[in-house]
Amino acid sequence: MARVLRYLSQAVLYAAFVAAIGYLSTSPTYVHLPPDEALIKLSFSHAAARKEACHERTPEELAKLAPNMRAQTVCPRERVPVTVEVVLDGEPLFRVVAPPSGMAKDGASTVYRRVAVPSGTHRIAARLSDMPDGTFDHRAETTVALPPGHVLVIDFDAGKGGFLFRS
Amino acid sequence: MATALTLTPFPLAPSAASSVRRAMQRALQRVEGEFDFAFGPRANPWRHLGALSFFLFWIVAVTGVYVYAAFDTSVAGAYASVEEISRSAWPVSGLARSLHRYASDAFIVVVLLHLGREWVNGHARSFRWFSWLSGVPLLWLVYASGIGGYWLVWDNQAQFSLIATAEWLDWLPLFGDPLVRNFIAGGSVSDRFFSLLIFLHIGIPLVLLLGMWVHIQRISQPRTNPPRALALGSFASLIVLALVKPATSGASADLSLVPGALDLDWFYLTLNALLYATSGGVLWAICGGTTLLLALLPWLPRAPRAPVARVDLANCNGCGRCFADCPYAAVTLEARTDGKPMPRQAVVHPDLCAACGICAGACPSSTPFRSAGELVSGIDMPQRPMRALRAELEGKIAALRGRVRLVVFGCQCDCAADAAALAAPDTAVVSLLCSAMLPPSFVEYALRSGADGVLITGCRDGDCQYRLGNRWTEERLAGAREPHLRALVPRERVRVAWAGPTDTEPLAAEHERFRRALDSLPPLALTGWRVPKRTEALHG
Repeated sequence: MARVLRYLSQAVLYAAFVAAIGYLSTSPTYVHLPPDEALIKLSFSHAAARKEACHERTPEELAKLAPNMRAQTVCPRERVPVTVEVVLDGEPLFRVVAPPSGMAKDGASTVYRRVAVPSGTHRIAARLSDMPDGTFDHRAETTVALPPGHVLVIDFDAGKGGFLFRS
Repeated sequence: MATALTLTPFPLAPSAASSVRRAMQRALQRVEGEFDFAFGPRANPWRHLGALSFFLFWIVAVTGVYVYAAFDTSVAGAYASVEEISRSAWPVSGLARSLHRYASDAFIVVVLLHLGREWVNGHARSFRWFSWLSGVPLLWLVYASGIGGYWLVWDNQAQFSLIATAEWLDWLPLFGDPLVRNFIAGGSVSDRFFSLLIFLHIGIPLVLLLGMWVHIQRISQPRTNPPRALALGSFASLIVLALVKPATSGASADLSLVPGALDLDWFYLTLNALLYATSGGVLWAICGGTTLLLALLPWLPRAPRAPVARVDLANCNGCGRCFADCPYAAVTLEARTDGKPMPRQAVVHPDLCAACGICAGACPSSTPFRSAGELVSGIDMPQRPMRALRAELEGKIAALRGRVRLVVFGCQCDCAADAAALAAPDTAVVSLLCSAMLPPSFVEYALRSGADGVLITGCRDGDCQYRLGNRWTEERLAGAREPHLRALVPRERVRVAWAGPTDTEPLAAEHERFRRALDSLPPLALTGWRVPKRTEALHG
């Protein structure tokens, strides 16, 4: 009788262990995105303009340099940050100031943001500034229909005309 | 001329454990006691969590090889191949896939239980720091091994987890271009990416296996296989789970969609969900802080080190018994340095020494029957030398009163019942650093010195604070291990009763039963066992 009880106890304990494994391997359900929402992702990599334009060294400046360092033209490498703003149905959605990458701050600025928005039809306006004077010389607007669970990617590629809206 | 014996003050039991840890230890002892009933002490899964981890690793590895053979390492083919594995050629392939998943889940559960139990039992500190510290990175290797497996399925759960992990890693200033941009839109994931995932999913577990080997380096005779019954039971129960609830995939990954509701595997993907409930920085703070805390535990605060074992070369013949019995490989045999004709001598490595005294119990020169003026053992514990042990034993036996006179040898560690509670006018209690510190000759010496019976107690069977104390004691008493209790010692007068801190009452009951059993036996003096004259000789 004691042996039967022991084996039954083992069975119960094994069953409890694997039941917990089986349950937690799929439950409880995790709701990553509510059923009435969609996702907008702002993501691009873009190299902004140089912070300073190239300029010629004066004779006095050249005289101060070692003979092997006397380059006539100086072009500073540092770039300005990229500023991007996205407006959804007239309300601000993103405003990102992305610094240039690299130790010399001469690389591309990269942006990745995501936000959940109500599904449906939306008017989206985006503008980007990549110049030292801060002017937003890249703009785009579009109307998109976002079904629930869908992703709209706002990309930027200067070589392809600027903002790209992909869904 | 009799020399005055200097009894080294017997140190108190280590009291570094916090009250919280002690309370948890008591609770765990009660739970383990219930499991003792079901599984028996020697197959109790709580005492084989490390071995179970190894066992589950091998199940995952073998089933993983099987599943990999049918896996298509391409974007277009990965999901379909896993579906094929699950649904066709059932039950073998589907069983392998399900076993692979559930054994992985069980693996991380057992590893975390192992970590928790070791901490609760105070095994994170002192000489055990290496085992503890080497286990910390293994947690992350287990996590990385498991999560990579989920990515390979390339269903919506994999998509969710990959993107979440990429976003989490992107919080660190490590990558010039955010990793997550690789998963922005459909078509951005390539076949080469799956080749990389396979490389990681095979390579990281191999590193994990290497880490597991390092983890057990400072332990002699490590248990990497659970008892057969436990292994079969665990394996069978996982198979039943795999048959009752086969592992399935979610919908195929689609980067143009966001998974809404997911049947999440909370064992490996909880951190992904936590990312979206908090933020990348918060999650790094939680994970980094927890990892740092775990890594620093051995020194928070630093545990006082007990005096380590010392070798007396004049009494050491290099027999190797201390080397064989040391649970932590702290004793090695090296070339002789004192010019004696024996080839080897024992050498204690202080950093590895647990100060358990098991080596002293194994030493053949630790016999109280030696008639030399001062009993000096070849290897001994400064805080509890054999000469002091003998003197205490003699004194306490001489003070016993009653019809039946008992000696109880108990161990003082956290995992053992308090043997001092058994002290009575007819019961002498002698505390040891570990039950296996007791040379078997002391049992015979006690009986010859006036005790009617000897009760040996210590941590619960299989739960020795120093891993092997129960086993060595039983083997020595059974004559299966040197030094052994001589066959002429009447076994009905020697009893072993393992008891944990919550087993005070059962131990007391066993003590009473033993007393009554001894009362029914003829007195030792009448059976030809003479009380020796050694005590009179010692005191002149």
